[in-house]
Amino acid sequence: MEESSTERKAFYQILTRKIMVLILVVSFFPMVLTTGVLFYRFHLTYTEKIQAHISELVQKHTQNIDTFLLEKLGNIQYLARLYDSTSLTPQTFLQKHLKLLTNEYGDVFTDLGLVDDKGIQFAYEGPFKLENADYSTAEWFVTAKDKPFFISDVFVGLRGHPHFIIAVKIKTNGSYFILRSTINFGAFNSLVEGIQIGKTGVAFIINSKGQLQTKTSGAQDLSITFPAVDPAEYANESTLFAQDRDSSGKKYLSVTAMFKNIDWIMMFRQDIRDAFHDLWKTQLLTLGIFALGCGAILSVAFTLPRNIVRLISSADKKSEVMNKQVVESGKLATIGELAAGIAHEINNPVAIMVEEAGWIEDLLEEEDLKGAANLDEFKRALTQINTQGKRCKEITHKLLSFARKTDSTINDVQINDAIREIVSLTAQMARYNNVIIEEKLNEGLPYIRISPSELQQVILNLLNNAIDAMEKSGGIIIIETKISNLEKNHLVISIEDNGPGIPKDNLERIFDPFFTTKAVGKGTGLGLSICYGIIQKMGGKIDVHSQVGLGTKFRIWIPFQEGISEKTQNKNVTDLQGE
Amino acid sequence: MNNIKLLLVDDEKAFLDTITKRLEKRELNVSAVYSGADALAELEKNKNLEVVILDVKMPGMDGIQTLTEIKKRFPLVEVIMLTGHATVESAIDGMKIGAFDYLMKPCDLDALVKKVEGAASKKREHEAKISEARIKEISERMV
Repeated sequence: MEESSTERKAFYQILTRKIMVLILVVSFFPMVLTTGVLFYRFHLTYTEKIQAHISELVQKHTQNIDTFLLEKLGNIQYLARLYDSTSLTPQTFLQKHLKLLTNEYGDVFTDLGLVDDKGIQFAYEGPFKLENADYSTAEWFVTAKDKPFFISDVFVGLRGHPHFIIAVKIKTNGSYFILRSTINFGAFNSLVEGIQIGKTGVAFIINSKGQLQTKTSGAQDLSITFPAVDPAEYANESTLFAQDRDSSGKKYLSVTAMFKNIDWIMMFRQDIRDAFHDLWKTQLLTLGIFALGCGAILSVAFTLPRNIVRLISSADKKSEVMNKQVVESGKLATIGELAAGIAHEINNPVAIMVEEAGWIEDLLEEEDLKGAANLDEFKRALTQINTQGKRCKEITHKLLSFARKTDSTINDVQINDAIREIVSLTAQMARYNNVIIEEKLNEGLPYIRISPSELQQVILNLLNNAIDAMEKSGGIIIIETKISNLEKNHLVISIEDNGPGIPKDNLERIFDPFFTTKAVGKGTGLGLSICYGIIQKMGGKIDVHSQVGLGTKFRIWIPFQEGISEKTQNKNVTDLQGE
Repeated sequence: MNNIKLLLVDDEKAFLDTITKRLEKRELNVSAVYSGADALAELEKNKNLEVVILDVKMPGMDGIQTLTEIKKRFPLVEVIMLTGHATVESAIDGMKIGAFDYLMKPCDLDALVKKVEGAASKKREHEAKISEARIKEISERMV
């Protein structure tokens, strides 16, 4: 028993673990896979989308600026051509055309100037006084004199604030001039400032040496240099993506695009966190849901198997009890059959003995034994044989009648008769134990539709228990039947003894299967549990009251049909009145 | 009532022998056989038999079969079933088929004799009625 229960416990533990693992695998695998794939794909797609968006924006602006620069260069080139064939003095020429340009483009062109091959600006029109300024050592001049045109980087130059220059060389019979124009840095800057994405996305332009060419809204000023960029990198791609960190360790997404007409690079920078804010929010949400899912799975994986196994084990226990009951009732039936067979077989020899004794009695009449001293003893002995034979007959008949009925066929039963039969069966055993069974059977009880042998089984069990309990001391068992006052349409059978009683701790468990206080091998612990089952099946109930030292009282309620009850109750009343 | 011609049928020889002796001592004319088939043969041979005491449980032809056969072939013979308790139902069945009464083993001899007398008187009455009817029939024919 102990061994099998530990074995079973181990089995249930394994079962629990198996179900748990199964749930975990079956739930986690698809969830992790799905979430992982979705997560990754979404990340990829969203990143692509953002990059495409930024890239497009940057490209568009790059083109715009390209166009802007090209246009301005075109303007100056056009002016340069015009100057070749003009008859105006340089100063008036510049004056006239700066005015035209200003009318056309607003304040994009700050000034115009003509510089000779020695670097001296011999004609100037603009807000600054730069006539005769010497540019011979200026970087832009040095570069510009070897090229047909030149767009300079942004520099501070002679006037002390950032600007850049478009210079176009005008060749005239062996010598040359350079027509230069300063482009309003502010106007140019505004082209770039327009690119703004999110909170931190800013665009600016750097030259190939990595020097800033535009102002940015950030703290950066023009002196900050970026790593030099190799124009060759842009051979295939219009835009390049990179991630880098600034001095404070913030991660940036930087998008760069090369201009066509100048070695400048459009650079767009955005804090990674800002750029992928939405993505990260979604990812966080996904992770949150995933975590919740994990939590749910875990809780299910830990609680469900336990519950299932608990259900299984209780079902197992129930079926075990049922099996035991079936076995028990089967045993009873077998014992019943056996008893019937034995009783029947004993009947014949007993009959013969009784007949033989009778025969001797008959013969005694004939013989002349009147004088024999022991005649009376002979007669007494023969009568005794006869009496004991009859007693045997009574016993076997009772055995037979009990055994014959160990089935669950339902009949209309007068419980008093059924109880009397059982009481007379146990009377012998009771007498050996000095127990007196007192019947208080109220007459006129209604018939009930039950299996009489099952009821007898219950009563027998309770009586046997009571007798066992009073084995040493002896006592009185009162068995009473009446119509219940507490429950409507119920009969109540109470079996009360004045034995040692049942301790309170045990009282709650006496109907539990396998609960027994008897020595090992003496009791199965099934008796009362079977009784309980039988009474339940009849639609009745059984309860117990016990006080240690005073005794125990079992009560059984069994329902009957109303119609019958009224008739018999009336009859009962008249009977009583009759008495 | 005396000189009742009784046939005892039981496979339990010891029981049968003793009870035969006891019944004979009570001035009954008793024959005894140990099986149903023998009983039928005996009835065929001895037409004077009035009452049969028949054990329900016997090997071969059992009580009920024998009873059925007796009632078919010798309808006027009265039968008392003798039974162990477990076969009371058979005894009841027997009475439905036409047995006069039943007795439970071990039985009180006086009760048995009383029942036998009852059965015999019923048979005799029955036969008397039949002969009366016959006489009536014959006398009417004569008229």
